[in-house]
Amino acid sequence: MATYQLDITKDHCPITFVKTKIELSRLSKGDILEVLLLEGEPLENVPRTSAEQGYTVLDVSQVEGATYKVTIQK
Amino acid sequence: MAKKLSIISFSGDFDKLTAVFTLATGAAAVGYEVNIFFTFWGLDAIKEKQGRSFLGKSPLTKAFGFLMGGLKVAPVSRFNFWGISPKIFRSLMRKNNVATLEELVEYAKVLGVNLYACEMVMHILGLKREDFIPEVKDVLGVATFLKLADDGQTLFI
Repeated sequence: MATYQLDITKDHCPITFVKTKIELSRLSKGDILEVLLLEGEPLENVPRTSAEQGYTVLDVSQVEGATYKVTIQK
Repeated sequence: MAKKLSIISFSGDFDKLTAVFTLATGAAAVGYEVNIFFTFWGLDAIKEKQGRSFLGKSPLTKAFGFLMGGLKVAPVSRFNFWGISPKIFRSLMRKNNVATLEELVEYAKVLGVNLYACEMVMHILGLKREDFIPEVKDVLGVATFLKLADDGQTLFI
């Protein structure tokens, strides 16, 4: 089980969740992906669509200001 | 059963193709099955040669092939200014960290978006299967596309 990081704070729709989806598809079952993203559309979308697709959202926490970290397990 | 989005990509315009591939990649990333049926000018987006080349069988279709070109020379639907505007758009997209059309096409391939070419228009323009990128899954007609699009959402762009 490994932990990976993905920073999508500079990306925009739909690449925010496109990159998350591609990264998650590369992981093995049990691996964890920590996604750094901004509030607004990515923060609403990434945890919701990840959960819809069967991944487990372990945590959503504010890093600083508008930046959040979403922890997802495959 | 997965949700499904089927797009008829008719336009060869840079901006409309950007809309096609933005929707396609976004939908694929949230778990949709996505089909894109490229017809008429839309076929330009999936040509192997992305610039201008004399694709076709007769002198007339070769001339058309050259004028239509591929993804790299797609015009914008308004204020094209002889091809200057698409270059400006690409630079603005890069500057603002928005995926360019070429990047969206690459993401679509990675996400397994199904790309189909229209058999009828290929015949008119003298285009062959080998003139297109290898990711094109099949060459189809209307009946097969309708069957693929059944029970999903369909868009015409």
